[in-house]
Amino acid sequence: MLLALGGCAASSDHHDMLRAIARVMLDGAIPDTTQALDAAVQGIEVAIEGLPPAVQGEIGQLFGLLEFPLTRRLLAGVGPWSRATDAEIAAFLQTWRTSNSTLFRSGYAALHQLVMAGWYGNERAWPGIGYPGPPHIA
Amino acid sequence: MIADPIAQGLARGWKVYDASTFDRDRVVEADVAIVGTGAGGGTAAEILAEAGLAVVLIEEGPLRSSRDFHMLEREAYPQLYQESAGRRTKDKGIVILQGRSVGGSTTVNWTSSFRTPSETLNYWREHFGLNDYTEDKLAPWFARMEHRLSMHPWDEPPNPNNEALARGAHALGIPTAVIPRNVRGCYNLGYCGMGCPTNAKQSMLVTTIPAALDRGARLFTRTRAQRFHLEGDRVATLECSALDTSGLRPGPYTLRVRARTFIAAGGAINSPALLLRSGAPNPYGMLGKRTFLHPTVVSAAIMPDVVAGYSGAPQSIYSDHFLHTQPLDGAIGYKLEVPPLHPILLATTTPGFGTVHAQLMAQMPHLQVIIALMRDGFHTQSTGGSVGLRDDGTPLLDYPISPFVWDGARRALKSMAQIQFAAGAHTVLPVHEAAMPAHSLDEALRQIDALPMEILRMTVVSAHVMGGCAMGSDPHTSVIEGNGRYHQLENLYVFDGSSFPTSIGANPQLSIYGMVSRNASRLAGLAPAPAKP
Repeated sequence: MLLALGGCAASSDHHDMLRAIARVMLDGAIPDTTQALDAAVQGIEVAIEGLPPAVQGEIGQLFGLLEFPLTRRLLAGVGPWSRATDAEIAAFLQTWRTSNSTLFRSGYAALHQLVMAGWYGNERAWPGIGYPGPPHIA
Repeated sequence: MIADPIAQGLARGWKVYDASTFDRDRVVEADVAIVGTGAGGGTAAEILAEAGLAVVLIEEGPLRSSRDFHMLEREAYPQLYQESAGRRTKDKGIVILQGRSVGGSTTVNWTSSFRTPSETLNYWREHFGLNDYTEDKLAPWFARMEHRLSMHPWDEPPNPNNEALARGAHALGIPTAVIPRNVRGCYNLGYCGMGCPTNAKQSMLVTTIPAALDRGARLFTRTRAQRFHLEGDRVATLECSALDTSGLRPGPYTLRVRARTFIAAGGAINSPALLLRSGAPNPYGMLGKRTFLHPTVVSAAIMPDVVAGYSGAPQSIYSDHFLHTQPLDGAIGYKLEVPPLHPILLATTTPGFGTVHAQLMAQMPHLQVIIALMRDGFHTQSTGGSVGLRDDGTPLLDYPISPFVWDGARRALKSMAQIQFAAGAHTVLPVHEAAMPAHSLDEALRQIDALPMEILRMTVVSAHVMGGCAMGSDPHTSVIEGNGRYHQLENLYVFDGSSFPTSIGANPQLSIYGMVSRNASRLAGLAPAPAKP
């Protein structure tokens, strides 16, 4: 199995990778500031911590594959995350999203779910989408 | 300040124990042990406690109440849902919303309250020998729970998201109706899915569970039922893990429950998984099989006016038209409803990424969304999914989507696009990774015809998990009897949505309440047992 090649804990430091992926996935939605991107990444990390161990394990495997240089180049086609360009990352996401392999599509779906939940749960995201936030209860 | 009935009950001395605080193993005894506190467990707990029985309730999730319900998705999903509202089937093709706190899914559901459709009951009698499941015989039990939980057709105007479904359908001559809701003094906020902050929703959390606790029932939270220990054809004890403070992992301590009678009410997926872990007799391999989801597909539209789908009662209008355009056992039919629209739910469901995704999100106030819930389980090509166990013993549902179901998905996308354009939408987006916003019905229909119906391209979700411990008179094709008793075990009952031998064809909460209220009353000796056929 592809995912069996990976294997580091989801909770270990994946900051550079998550920043890079979030920056591209949220292009047009997130202010171009370090602060906003940090908030998104923190949201992702909190979301992962709330998942059951078996699911955290799967995400750990996915992240492992995307971090390990050989598999990162082979499967995602990008160099080190800290230096990957937006175009490279977008191409990787698009390839996985439209792949004929359900394994790649499920990897993309996991990233999509985590990044979108990580950012749109945050109040900072709401003015940009016209969401007023929860009502005040008198 | 809104009064919190849970805080008040705890102050009155309810026996509620958070197992993550255990400092040793514990053993408790009871007349009845109930695993799960949702629609089935809650209903049974009240009836059995009022009958004077000593009841112990086991809940894997935490006890949360109105003081904790801040209408924030980022808090609610990890706290109140299985797998942070992102539970998926084995091949990741379907996202499942299922509750996981005291009150189960009733704490987070959208309040839609329907009796079991008569055609579903007819099918059960014909195919599963459930002679006792007639509309007439169940009517008093549905009525009892409708009264208990203040269910009534929503009497305020529908919010614009629901109103658009009615408007579009009417323009096409498709009938719609108003949804009955289990609310009392509803503030019409729209946040039912994050735990009702005003206690208006008459969930198990604020009705039957407090009643049972007032009668002396004991509730153990953050307690995972691991396995029943069997002795001959009886369950002797229930072994539970006290979870750690994360609420996700077993801690060092256990809870053992000795009881005369055991009730599995963890919901479909969790109840069959508990029985599989227990090595319960499974002579015909039916345990965990025939699990149904009402596989649901989604159509988004952009309306000229503000819809604000995040505000107001989330579900108040429905149409059963497409359940009846073909026979029950013909091509799959679907029920139309709308979902509430909040940022995380919307952003995770909206396909694509980058500016395409951002542009859709930016139109959130104008977004109108319809969902089609497909009625699975009534056809030989719709046998549902099957619950298995991961290496760590946690459940995993395998639900392959058959071409029969995909055919329904395509028809449903077309019906929804038609209704949305008829309601005045200027753009419709079938929720599929390969779809593009369509600006006319023709364009939408052409596109839908060409969309590849495959998992992880077509978005499929479910909020209704049913089956896995199917009721029936024949043990070869079912797991439990019509009265809820496990075929091969004398003192084990299944009282939840896992007992349904097909899907319901409607939001299932009232089906569970009604059927469990009858079976729990019979178990307590408060209602006549069914006549033997």
